[in-house]
Amino acid sequence: MRRLLNQQPGRFSALCLSALPFLLIIIVYLTASDLRLADNPNDKLLPSLGSFKEAIVQAALEPNRRTGEIQLWSDTAASLQRLLLAVAISALLGLMFGIATGVIPYFNAGLSPLIAVLSMIPPLAILPILFILFGLGELSKIMLIILGVAPSIMRELHLRVIDIPHEQLIKAQTLGASTWQVIWRVVLPQLLPRLLNAVRLTLGSAWLFLIAAEAIAAESGLGYRIFLLRRYLAMDTILPYVAWITLLAFLSDYLLRVLSRRLFPWAAKT
Amino acid sequence: MNTLHIKNLRKEYQGQVILERINLKVSSPEFCTIVGASGCGKSTFLRLLLGQETLSRGELLLNGTPLPAEPGPDRGIVFQRYSVFPHLTVLGNVLLGLELQDSPLLGRLFGAARRRAITQAEATLRAVGLFEARHKYPAMLSGGMQQRLSIAQALVKQPKILLLDEPFGALDPGIRADMHELILDLWRENQMMIFMVTHDIKEAFELGTRVLTFDKVRRDPQAPDAYGATITYDIPLGKGYAQNLAAIIAARAATEAFRAKLAAEG
Repeated sequence: MRRLLNQQPGRFSALCLSALPFLLIIIVYLTASDLRLADNPNDKLLPSLGSFKEAIVQAALEPNRRTGEIQLWSDTAASLQRLLLAVAISALLGLMFGIATGVIPYFNAGLSPLIAVLSMIPPLAILPILFILFGLGELSKIMLIILGVAPSIMRELHLRVIDIPHEQLIKAQTLGASTWQVIWRVVLPQLLPRLLNAVRLTLGSAWLFLIAAEAIAAESGLGYRIFLLRRYLAMDTILPYVAWITLLAFLSDYLLRVLSRRLFPWAAKT
Repeated sequence: MNTLHIKNLRKEYQGQVILERINLKVSSPEFCTIVGASGCGKSTFLRLLLGQETLSRGELLLNGTPLPAEPGPDRGIVFQRYSVFPHLTVLGNVLLGLELQDSPLLGRLFGAARRRAITQAEATLRAVGLFEARHKYPAMLSGGMQQRLSIAQALVKQPKILLLDEPFGALDPGIRADMHELILDLWRENQMMIFMVTHDIKEAFELGTRVLTFDKVRRDPQAPDAYGATITYDIPLGKGYAQNLAAIIAARAATEAFRAKLAAEG
């Protein structure tokens, strides 16, 4: 018998093993839900599959009676719009900062300490300031995500620029490159796959800040809906919403990974 | 013909003297190989020539004018590793030098100018034997092919001085022999001045027309940093033109002495 650490599961058993915990959770949930509903048919804490279905149909397929919009889609659109805008701005800031401080020593001396301090501020602690400064509209929510996400992208990209072997920068100069040409033809193209990677890693916290901002002050959005429905203990809608958010997060991560592999075949080994 | 004049060069680093009293006059086409124990400053010497580091004292004159204190297209470099661009194909790597020179803003050429540059780059790739691999990315090349590419990159700019920093140090012996042939062919064709740092004394004598050995001649046990290395032997091998027997005999003796010394020092 080989040691446990040397035993590899086959393809089929690996698949079964990965499905097992999910199945277990579903079984435990359904049993608990049945038990509670048998006790009290009006229990709202662990809804049955039937009431999930009803709630999903109502949220995702039927227009809202008051607004005429389909609730799930309008919430998703509102949230994704905020998230994408904020992440795009953060990525752009991160790219500019990372390149400027990674390549040009003067920028590094001037900016890096500031970013190091700013990135230590807990973004949620300055959410009130954002609300005061930018009002309760879209701007303050987007600013919160940017403040939460941009510093870590900036610092990550700064490190990735420094990772580029110095030999390459010297070589480019012996090929006649100016500072701008080194940035444009050597540093930037090598940084783009790393930017996608940095964005992937920060998407989780971007969602966190998005939902936090929506929970506190919003009129639409996935986070807003969850926190609104909390008042009615509407678990039959909240749980599908959480699952939907998880799916969106998973899909965006997957999409970025595929995009990175397609666009930058030369970086495949990393 | 280009002439490099090194006058009383000295390099200190935080109070530590690395190199001192280096005087040298080299004209193209000369193939200088540089040997010496580890840490004796031979790579620092190459970086000074490259402009990657600045002199503490002395002068570096190319044809009478001081060399710029930063790397530039007049001096090509091939490092031991990492000097090709992983995000560009083999052709793109060689093309880059031509594109940068003619397109200051975008660093890219289009249309007829691009086709001309591609023809030129392809000719260089043929010369180093990489034409077939021109559409591959560097990660798909072997170590020897990556070094060929790095040499091609430098050659396409036709530098006055080509600097090689242990370029074949990481290669297998068989491939190394191929690379020796290649670099000698390219040198004969292009008639430039080459400085090559190497650990391999045999390689230094096989390739060079002039071997420079670096070592510390003055030592102060109380202050080990007070004196730096200098050129201890400047051995003209004079391949390809008249040479006298005495110089070769002296050179052999010097090499043997140097080998014995290296062996003694471990």
